[in-house]
Amino acid sequence: MRFKHLHELNTICTAESKTIAELMIEEQVQETNTPRAGVVQQMSDYYQVMKEAVHKGLTEDTTSRSGLTGGDGKKMAEYIRQGETCSGDASALAMAYALCVSEVNASMGRIVATPTAGSCGIIPGVFISSQERFGWSDEHLVNGLFCAGAIGYVIANNSFISGAEGGCQAEVGSAIGMAAGAMVELRGGTPEQVVHAVGLALKNTLGLICDPVAGLVEIPCIVRNGLGAVTALAAADMALAGVRSAIPSDEVIDVMLEVGSAMPSRHRETAQGGLAQTPTGRKMMEKLAKPKAKRAEPESESESPGENEPEAKA
Amino acid sequence: MRFKDVFSIIGPSMTGPSSSHTAGAARLGRIARQWLGCTPERARLTLYGSFADTYQGHGTDLALIGGLLDYVTDDPRIPDAEQYAEEAGMEVEFFTSGLPAPHPNTVKIELWHGERKCSLIGASIGGGSVSVHALNDFRVQISGEFPTLVLRHSDKAGVLASVTSTISSSGVNIGYMQVDRKARDGEALTAMEMDGVPNPEMLNRLRSLDHVLEIRVIDLKRGVEPDAV
Repeated sequence: MRFKHLHELNTICTAESKTIAELMIEEQVQETNTPRAGVVQQMSDYYQVMKEAVHKGLTEDTTSRSGLTGGDGKKMAEYIRQGETCSGDASALAMAYALCVSEVNASMGRIVATPTAGSCGIIPGVFISSQERFGWSDEHLVNGLFCAGAIGYVIANNSFISGAEGGCQAEVGSAIGMAAGAMVELRGGTPEQVVHAVGLALKNTLGLICDPVAGLVEIPCIVRNGLGAVTALAAADMALAGVRSAIPSDEVIDVMLEVGSAMPSRHRETAQGGLAQTPTGRKMMEKLAKPKAKRAEPESESESPGENEPEAKA
Repeated sequence: MRFKDVFSIIGPSMTGPSSSHTAGAARLGRIARQWLGCTPERARLTLYGSFADTYQGHGTDLALIGGLLDYVTDDPRIPDAEQYAEEAGMEVEFFTSGLPAPHPNTVKIELWHGERKCSLIGASIGGGSVSVHALNDFRVQISGEFPTLVLRHSDKAGVLASVTSTISSSGVNIGYMQVDRKARDGEALTAMEMDGVPNPEMLNRLRSLDHVLEIRVIDLKRGVEPDAV
């Protein structure tokens, strides 16, 4: 790839009068030696999976295997039909769709990781609700996914995208930054505005811990997807209005790495802290506890997998 | 770069609920199955870190079993993988370990089929991407993003030269290569991530080289070779 940082994305695209989506497609073709049509087709297939997940969340039972969650996406959609919403119909619909996809995920249905499964609701929520509102073609939205992918590629390679590594800021936060930036490009904003949208969005998720109740990708993950979709729309609006991220977005990504690395492990997807260890969170976990039969140390275990070199991390 | 391309960020299409715990786990299981070369008769999986803490709620166990059955990340059978494993005659045991691991989501997979045994240690590094650190206790660094050729061979002068010249004459570029050996003159293992898919003719020529003991192709995009055992 010709870029590793957001400022490089901006410089190359501005110099060559390209969208970030176009640059990402060209780089993907070059890097993987795959014809352009194949690359675009795969992304297009992913977009269809996202649409199916929204539809499934709106029409089918999404009660999770634990029984803790499901049906909130439908509730939101019904609420929007009944009258004026507090946050505006555009925000509310993005939220409803994001909840739907996240609930399909929790019920072991099919979704696309964007960038992860825990954050899989935000991009479809923002994209599909905006497509309906602005009458965009699928092709336009598929381009938007390439733009989101370019942003995520930068975040993932300079910081992290998984809750276990960097907390929920890395997971839901990355998805919000990706959706915000892509939304700016979809609305015709410049690459520079895209980059500012990412910084504006990421700054507001710094320090967000990953604290899934009972270790499940349900509480608070699903609701964070819904609210994350709204944050992405808001950050896109700020950037399109000309608001800049005073701290350059690449530096915000570096801070995400710093903050995430400093987080104690109990706040990184282990269910040992945060909401997971509230009295209610603990009760839910106890209720769901499965018998630990047969689950013990293997008799012949003699070596730690850590004897190999540690994973390169900051 | 830990994440290689746009589809390691957008994607994979997968069965929920966690890209690290289900998609990444399914891929690690599938790589292990391809390394074995067939459906295992027995599998022992040891989970470390966050994998050990939360694997049941996340369906990590089901996804690993699905991978061992060669299921792709969005295979609808993953939620019922335990039942399919039983039907396939595959005996699976899970263990958790408190020992330190190189990554919070690490699994050690040991597989048996008849006389054949193999092992893998790998981590799910986020968004469904994986990193395999060890095959049969040899150090490797495999992402599964590219077709990967794994050679067991003897540690003899000239083996690698003949291997790479055979590959070069087939016109396929090697993107990344790692060699490790048990001891001087002992067993060695070479893993190569390739820019293209190795063709059967190249594989046959490699198999016939002196000191080459075994060849496996790990390729998550194309699927597994027919059972080799």
